[in-house]
Amino acid sequence: MMRKIVKYVLGDIIRNKMVLVYTILLFVISLSVFNIETNTSKGILSLLNIILLIVPLTCIIFSTIYIYNSSEFIELLVSQPIKRKTIWYSLYFGLVLSLSLAYIIGIGLPALYYFPNAKGAMILIVGLFLTWVFVSIALLIAGSSRDKTKGIAIAIVSWLFFAIFYDILVLFILFQFQDYPLEGAMIVLSFLNPIDLSRIQLLLQIDAAAIIGYTGAVFKIFFGRGLGILICILCMCAWFLVPLWLSVKIFQKRDI
Amino acid sequence: MFKISISPYFRSACILKMSGKYKLFRHTLYSILIIILSFAVLPSYAGIVRVGKNQAIQSVQQGILQAKEGDTIYVHAGIYHESKLIIEKSITLVGKGWPVIDAQNKGEIFFIRSRNVWLQGFKLQHTGRSDMKEIGAVMIYDSYAITVYNNQIEDANFGISVQNSKRCTIKDNHIKAFNKNEVLSGNGIHGWKADSLIIIGNAISGHRDGLYFEFVKNSLIWRNKSTENVRYGIHFMFSNNNTYIGNIFEKNESGVAVMFSSKIQMYNNYFHDNWGDATYGILLKEITDSHISGNSFVQNTIALQMEGCSRIKVFKNKFINNGFALKIQASCDDNDFTHNNFIANTFDIATNGTLVLNTFDGNYWDKYEGYDLDRDKIGDISFHPVSLYSMIIAHNPAALMLFRSFMVTLLDKSEKLMPIITPESLVDHFPHMKPFDL
Repeated sequence: MMRKIVKYVLGDIIRNKMVLVYTILLFVISLSVFNIETNTSKGILSLLNIILLIVPLTCIIFSTIYIYNSSEFIELLVSQPIKRKTIWYSLYFGLVLSLSLAYIIGIGLPALYYFPNAKGAMILIVGLFLTWVFVSIALLIAGSSRDKTKGIAIAIVSWLFFAIFYDILVLFILFQFQDYPLEGAMIVLSFLNPIDLSRIQLLLQIDAAAIIGYTGAVFKIFFGRGLGILICILCMCAWFLVPLWLSVKIFQKRDI
Repeated sequence: MFKISISPYFRSACILKMSGKYKLFRHTLYSILIIILSFAVLPSYAGIVRVGKNQAIQSVQQGILQAKEGDTIYVHAGIYHESKLIIEKSITLVGKGWPVIDAQNKGEIFFIRSRNVWLQGFKLQHTGRSDMKEIGAVMIYDSYAITVYNNQIEDANFGISVQNSKRCTIKDNHIKAFNKNEVLSGNGIHGWKADSLIIIGNAISGHRDGLYFEFVKNSLIWRNKSTENVRYGIHFMFSNNNTYIGNIFEKNESGVAVMFSSKIQMYNNYFHDNWGDATYGILLKEITDSHISGNSFVQNTIALQMEGCSRIKVFKNKFINNGFALKIQASCDDNDFTHNNFIANTFDIATNGTLVLNTFDGNYWDKYEGYDLDRDKIGDISFHPVSLYSMIIAHNPAALMLFRSFMVTLLDKSEKLMPIITPESLVDHFPHMKPFDL
């Protein structure tokens, strides 16, 4: 049953053409960046902010709007003898599959083509995780608010929060507590924002973090080693599993 | 080998002069003396002492004992298990076919306390180390005009040590050690209280400091290669009036650090790949009245750090791909930076205060976004090379978490438009539009 719904959602999204535009946009950006920059590491750095801003933004906004727009379809499905859990998961997988595919074609494959090494793999993995995380956050937002306008507003605000405000908050904390050793605290804080976590992982791969002395070394030792990477992956998994699980709980109890 | 034997004539001339009886003939005598002297400068071949497994003399120690002033000792190929070879006369020691002198960790190999000694063509190895004293393959004390040429030194605690000596030449030696930590290792070429040294074309790796000078003056350090040392590529203190040209300092654990010296000339050196936390391309501390020009700084964590420096002219250098191209403390004054290329550095300049007593006019910055309407190749608006984030991270290293974050980029841009935190006087009034051809 789930496969059927996923297939339908996928077909619907692809017919929608938004994802197609997103794919082409990513593809053009990545190709131009890789071709213009002669220095490989600099190419990745230029791509970095694009991945960290555009991917979360598109995922969260597109998914929220899609859920609201398919409210009638959801109502129809709910009236059928299908578990609500199945419906919600199918929607999630449909969205995640299409957006992941867009990312793989748009940036993942060019990245792997230009950097057939750990750097390229990290770009791919980081982008995919961001896609899953922000689709799942979008589902939580769309599930908890019935008002479309309010939902989209919350989606935009939460993107702003993760992309910009959180860093301002961190900077504020840094200045308030600058007399204390904050390296450990910074590691914990970076786990609380999937965008920061992705950025740090990517920067460590292109070896740009070694440049800033002691803190760089602390970060490298923590994030660069086996256990650190494992913790990062677990943390990213938590970032998409927890909102998804919460949204399922909300959707199950919701009065349609 | 030429020997000038003048002493008998000289002595007789003195006696004649002192006796006072021949004052009338003094001028004649002098002219005769000069004629005799000119004849006395005849080539008289010095003795040759041969040391080898198939020779009468089988140990270098014996050879040195047998040799007279001015003799040449040829040491033929073979392995000699010897140490503590003391040279206190003017002799020439030449290794034929790379004889190996292995000290078997028992201590120093050559002690030289003399004038005009030439040491060439040896492979010296395994000096061992001591906690009590500095043990080196070649130890030169209280000497004058010693030449150490084309030797290979391997696994020595100190390579070549020159102490309280003048006019020594250390040329084309390969000095290599395999040290892992600072405490247990010694320096490649160690100079203490020396004058007029010439150090050319040596390759040094794996020591604590590749080159180390303390109270060394009027010396030339040219075309040496100091790489992968445990601490610094070169480290000097209280060493004035030295010139460093065309040396290569690469992949040293802590880069290069020089302190408390003045009138230093550094031309066309390479500071490459000194990468790691607390690693400097070059750290200048309390250096005054010096020139730094034509050097290339590539891929260093901090290419050039200056603390308490005055009156240094930094011009025509390349700073490429460094973490920080230049970290200049507010304690520096009267330094002038001009005609340098700053390309692809994460941060061009960082400083720790708002007081700036140095000038930065007329450099090329790849981060400059100005325009040049009058086409004189100089940007029409001035450039502030210090970014807000570099200030933040200098005060608060934990801000690394926000490295390259979008918010930081925004803050940097707004700070560029309206400097509030970054020092307004740290400015290039005449930034060049195109990189200098260096």
